[in-house]
Amino acid sequence: MSKKMHIKLKVNGKDEEFLAEPRELLIYTLRERLNITGPHIGCETSHCGACTVTINGKSVKSCTMFAAQADGAEVTTIEGIGGPDDLHPLQTAFKEHHGLQCGYCTPGMITRATKLLEENPNPTEEEIRFGMAGNICRCTGYQNIIKSIQAAAAEMNAAKEAAE
Amino acid sequence: MKDEVTREERVENLKGLGCSRKRVEDARFTQGKGNYVDDIKLDGMLFGDFVRSPYAHARIKSIDTAAALEVPGVLAVLTAADLEPLGLHWMPTLAGDKQMVLADGKVLFQGQEVAFVVAEDRYAAADGMEAVEVEYEELPVLVDPFEALKSDVVLREDLVAEDGSIPAGAHGPRKHANHIFTWEAGDKEPTEQVIVNAEVVAEESMYYHRTHPCPLETCGCVASMDKVNGKLTLWGTFQAPHAIRTVVSLISGIEEHNIRVISPDIGGGFGNKVGAYPGYVCSVVASIVTGKPVKWIEDRMDNLMTTAFARDYHMTGKISATKEGKITGLHCHVTADHGGFDACADPTKFPAGFMNICTGSYDIPTAYLEVDGVYTNKAPGGVSYRCSFRVTEAVYFIERMIEVLAIKLDMDAAELRRINFIRKEQFPYTAALGWEYDSGDYHTAWDKALKAVDYEGLRAEQAQRVEDFKAGKTRKLMGIGLSFFTEIVGAGPVKNCDILGLGMFDSCEIRIHPTGSAIARLGTISQGQGHATTFAQILASEIGLPADSITIEEGDTDTAPYGLGTYGSRSTPVAGAATAMAGRKIRAKAQMIAAYLLEVHDDDVEFDVDRFVVKGAPEKFKTMKEIAFAAYNQAIPGIEPGLEAVSYYDPPNMTYPFGAYVCVMDIDVDTGVTDIRRFYALDDCGTRINPMIIEGQVHGGLTEALAVALGQEIAYDDMGNVKTGTLMDFFLPTAWEVPNYETDYTVTPSPHHPIGAKGVGESPHVGGVPCFSNAVQDAFRAFGNTHTNMPHDHWRIWKTANELGLHD
Repeated sequence: MSKKMHIKLKVNGKDEEFLAEPRELLIYTLRERLNITGPHIGCETSHCGACTVTINGKSVKSCTMFAAQADGAEVTTIEGIGGPDDLHPLQTAFKEHHGLQCGYCTPGMITRATKLLEENPNPTEEEIRFGMAGNICRCTGYQNIIKSIQAAAAEMNAAKEAAE
Repeated sequence: MKDEVTREERVENLKGLGCSRKRVEDARFTQGKGNYVDDIKLDGMLFGDFVRSPYAHARIKSIDTAAALEVPGVLAVLTAADLEPLGLHWMPTLAGDKQMVLADGKVLFQGQEVAFVVAEDRYAAADGMEAVEVEYEELPVLVDPFEALKSDVVLREDLVAEDGSIPAGAHGPRKHANHIFTWEAGDKEPTEQVIVNAEVVAEESMYYHRTHPCPLETCGCVASMDKVNGKLTLWGTFQAPHAIRTVVSLISGIEEHNIRVISPDIGGGFGNKVGAYPGYVCSVVASIVTGKPVKWIEDRMDNLMTTAFARDYHMTGKISATKEGKITGLHCHVTADHGGFDACADPTKFPAGFMNICTGSYDIPTAYLEVDGVYTNKAPGGVSYRCSFRVTEAVYFIERMIEVLAIKLDMDAAELRRINFIRKEQFPYTAALGWEYDSGDYHTAWDKALKAVDYEGLRAEQAQRVEDFKAGKTRKLMGIGLSFFTEIVGAGPVKNCDILGLGMFDSCEIRIHPTGSAIARLGTISQGQGHATTFAQILASEIGLPADSITIEEGDTDTAPYGLGTYGSRSTPVAGAATAMAGRKIRAKAQMIAAYLLEVHDDDVEFDVDRFVVKGAPEKFKTMKEIAFAAYNQAIPGIEPGLEAVSYYDPPNMTYPFGAYVCVMDIDVDTGVTDIRRFYALDDCGTRINPMIIEGQVHGGLTEALAVALGQEIAYDDMGNVKTGTLMDFFLPTAWEVPNYETDYTVTPSPHHPIGAKGVGESPHVGGVPCFSNAVQDAFRAFGNTHTNMPHDHWRIWKTANELGLHD
């Protein structure tokens, strides 16, 4: 065991401050220390994407990042994307288009998709497939995930147009 | 009372059978509020993890835990020596064998559990594991079952008598120390006679490689022994929570009423979570020892290397036919690699599962199957990865044999299938290997599929492609993969299906609340199939209350009626039937209440969607909602208050879903890269409960089939090292590799199921694997290819092309 480090994070808009060993992984911090259990652990090698969160505007697999590396960062998890009173269009679309089955990949999938649509509000099917390739789903075969993301994109674009 | 709502609207309001109802599970999953086992946190909870063997076969000379116990945060280290006084260092397997919980003197596969370190958190456990000193003496390793059957190296000394003789095992006589069983079905001599005298015989040997279900969530549990009340609660990723409760009771001696097993949300199962694993036993013991809750969660390597492999069947077939292509006989021998312990998850009487469905969808008059189970230095398991017991192996076998026969006969493989299908009028059809197929209309499904893809056109295009390739105009070949599968699911009738003596019935208990909503509890457990959505739909149609007013609860053995769980596509055929039958009991009582309220005789009212109406006077009726309230507030002579029912359903037969799949694939012969241009899947699962969910199941099953056929494997080197223990090497397709699928259907209800449903979750995997494989093989047919083994990754495809001289 080595000396603990002083780490500050802003998670889903809330300031967090704690002491942690340098080896503490961010997913562990989120799930065990902060009780934010939306992000899941699927592989611990950056392959499956179940642990995907947004850090300072970028999609990150929190299973292979130390909490210390995220010191000072803003972290958004599925819990910060939308709740019962303010569902994100992606959350609605995944339900509407059967974009999930066991639900284990879903928080990471939706979190990643929010960034994908920020970066590219009108993605083609191919762009969605490429942009989501870091997130593995074992249940759906992806077809309905693609459909869900396309539907959410259309919904978000329509809302944006209406607002303008 | 005037009814403003039309009958059609009343049907719609129920969201019953046939409705693509949106899933009630999704709200929590999309908002990160699922409750999976690793999300469970209890006061003072400890974390356990395994020291695992780096060797595939070794004697353990010593285990020193002293240093580990000095590590800060480590509370206990369990070894076999600690478990032995409790009689828990070995445990029974589902296959009638026994398995070490912690290494007892030796290890039989890489990754085997050697010691269990219990610590305050995962990091401390990892530090403790590092500090456990184990001295091994390496032994010769057997990874090839054929070698194992010849070798003098004995893997399981515990199964050899002191005089060196080999006692019989759970499934009869054993031929060799490393032999587990021989299992036969059908008629040996007559089959051999038919084949010897046949006009045409095709032979092939094929290896269905070892793979793994690999759900995104690994296996795990939390055990909490409450010493004050004497109650053990065990949360875990259990596909069969009641069976786990019984097993835990039998091996621990804790009375079953003092054990509560809870399966919370499960992040995919696909067969991986059927078995009982050492982690469960060690967590329970550790909780008893420490007096605190203990959590055990596999990491991905643990998962791929140790719990529940699938397949690993070496199959040799002979198929005979007339010159015109009418099949006359089928012979199949399997050498089944079961690893170090026989922990296959099959019904007790079926050590090779339902491999004897290997005559497939064809009217084959004579057949014989023989399976030899063998011990090797590989992980135990042998689960049904997204299939009923060994059905993927059986369907792969027959769908390859058909293709091989078509080549021998120089016939079109679609036509060969057509002339051999069991005809519609032959159902119920008793196959040569014993099963009675309930219903089918294979010709209609096949014709629909071939028409949908313009099969003739595809073959013409393929022929042109071969010409172009030979003329040097293209380097891409085109494969047309066909498969027609018949599944056997819904295990099963108690007369021949049990696991550890527990009959494979299932159950449903319904309570109707006074205001006309309900809760139904089942013996099954969803792992993504959407039971909370679909079982409510079955009930809605049966009892006339809206699906939205029905809560479905599963997975808690203290509240749910006893059932054998969810695997082998058994939920709809068995628990779905129990749900309908319990619903009918509710309806029968409701009929009496309605008749009383309407002041007519019981026989003078009839059920109509959501109400009972007086026959011939539909304006006189009582809705189910009204009846529910009356059940609680009226004193009705001769009728008990309340409205509840329970049904335990012992299915009279299995169900036999079927389907017709076509895959069109382009293959680059220089890189071996495959491009799936089109995949058409027609499924007949009988009555369709929720088309949206059916299609989702088909997409997912096909994707798992694609994985297995095109790259996914658990591979070992000669030393028994697992070469594919991480997701770097173990292929899970991403959105980038997966095509869009076209889904279609026919409906041939099961004649013996209360609502005619057959189950669908596994069909696409069962039918998909041979379809993808046949597409690859078919691309090379014109160049002399008969058969190559899966997985067809780019390297193996390149090698096939190379061996056929296509790079010259």
